[in-house]
Amino acid sequence: MERFKVFIQKNWMGYLFLAPFLILFTTFVVVPVFYAIGLSFTNFNMLQPPTFVGLNNYLLLLLDDQIFLTAIGNTLVFALITGPTGYFLSFFAAWAINQMKAKRFIALAFYAPSITSAVAMSVVWLVIFSGDRYGYANNILITLGLIESPIMWNTDPNYIMTVIIIISLWMSMGTGFLVFLAGLQSVPKEYYEAGSIDGIRSRAQELIYITLPAMKPQLLFGAITAIVAAFGVFDIAVSVAGMPSPNYAGHTIVAHLYDYAFIRFQMGYASAVAVVLFLMTFILGRLVMRMLSSKDE
Amino acid sequence: MIKIKWFRGQWLHITAGKTLMYAFMLVMVAFTSLPLIFLVNTAFKPMEELFLFPPRFFVMRPVLTNFTDLVFVVSSAAVPFTRFFFNSLFVTVSIVFLTVLVSSLGAYALVKFKPPGATAIFSIVIMALMFSPHVTRIPTYMVVNSLGLINTYWALILPNIAVAFNIFLMKQFMEQYPNELIEAARIDGAREFKIFWSLVMPSMAPAWSTLIVFTFVTNWNDFFSPLIYVTSQAMRTLPLALQVIGGGPAGMTVGRAGAVAAATLLMTIPTVITFTVMQGRVMETMVHSGIKG
Repeated sequence: MERFKVFIQKNWMGYLFLAPFLILFTTFVVVPVFYAIGLSFTNFNMLQPPTFVGLNNYLLLLLDDQIFLTAIGNTLVFALITGPTGYFLSFFAAWAINQMKAKRFIALAFYAPSITSAVAMSVVWLVIFSGDRYGYANNILITLGLIESPIMWNTDPNYIMTVIIIISLWMSMGTGFLVFLAGLQSVPKEYYEAGSIDGIRSRAQELIYITLPAMKPQLLFGAITAIVAAFGVFDIAVSVAGMPSPNYAGHTIVAHLYDYAFIRFQMGYASAVAVVLFLMTFILGRLVMRMLSSKDE
Repeated sequence: MIKIKWFRGQWLHITAGKTLMYAFMLVMVAFTSLPLIFLVNTAFKPMEELFLFPPRFFVMRPVLTNFTDLVFVVSSAAVPFTRFFFNSLFVTVSIVFLTVLVSSLGAYALVKFKPPGATAIFSIVIMALMFSPHVTRIPTYMVVNSLGLINTYWALILPNIAVAFNIFLMKQFMEQYPNELIEAARIDGAREFKIFWSLVMPSMAPAWSTLIVFTFVTNWNDFFSPLIYVTSQAMRTLPLALQVIGGGPAGMTVGRAGAVAAATLLMTIPTVITFTVMQGRVMETMVHSGIKG
């Protein structure tokens, strides 16, 4: 009892600060997540109560579902390309803009795809990647003599993934970019002054020895959210290639999940997909955290 | 290196590297600003240009009919449009304010108080971030329903406050705040909440300004929450009301496409304002000094 008192005296302030978050987070996030994990061991069509089926969904998913394997393959290709590319591009953009004039205007232009709704986005890419010779991409390639007949960007299985990757990179750098920009503002100016006294001469040296180490927390944040976003690719894939996409060339894990959850109403199976996706993201996230985690963790 | 006299007597130094950087950024910016430019252009397109095939990016003969159409559609609706605007603004501003407060308090506790269990809580936050939101929608609906919140503002606000992404963001920035400054303030006899609110939070301006932008954009455009949590017309927010203007869930009946284009443009204005104000804050705040104190 005495020890309990001491414990409370020492920590009550911390728990008090955490309380509002914990209450809301538990109610609206943790409970639903556990509920969904529970559903993954059931058959649930959203009308009748779920029936327990053990590991059945997982066995079906991993052993019998060929389309899921295609989805995993597509998602991995997508994630391996857009994850790192988007990450480095958005960091470079933030770093460059931070040293430029007219920062605010450039930053707005850079964040614009995140502001404008998905509808506007899909029309924009349609104008560019239209499958006839009027599409800007085809038009330019034909004029340059690189191709002879227009490429069917969003129906030809050979090109679907490429188009999805280009559009995703173009549309989704905003988040990482803003966080990095804010992170750059949070590096104390004294570090740079001290650095120049210690003999740092070039921008590149400054970046490697001062900026990057000081920004570790933001770099970790950017990396984790980039992984989550890359593995969660869905909206753009569907608006480019449709659902189901030709030959499943644009079928991603989340597209598979969405298909089962909201088209076939097999919520249990969809939840199993979500759990598998979660495990993949989590393992990669752990690796990245080990690489980038700050010293006191 | 070339030197050019810039205004206010400053010198502009132009080097090869800088020129290259500006050129590269110009290309990037040209690409990323396309959706915004498109949105502006579309709002001023006359009907025949809206349905032009092949579609054109830029408006050829700008007109204001889309806006007058919008006024007509809006004024003939059963629920006054100002109501949707109020709903959107009230819900979004409430979420923004509460999530900044709740996430910052939580993040501060995780990083600076570190009560037993803090590491576990943080791990759960990260795991939640990684769990696909699609499958948790229905369980979340069940929770909201069982709390009796359906068709209230609470249903639109409460589930969007404690977001894993938000506390993760605040926590990462809080980690950089020097413990020595907090210790010093404690020795001076400052109370814990005062240290948090008047010492730590002001220097977290880049973090919470960014969080405000993210939260505002996400919730202002959120179409899903009002769709499932709200049943009465008068509780709808703008994104949902926009579909009503469009004349149905497909979004685009031919006759109303112009009004929708105008409304879509008007809807982005508050986000652009929020972004500009908040980014101005981020870029102009003097960086807090970690060492001098």
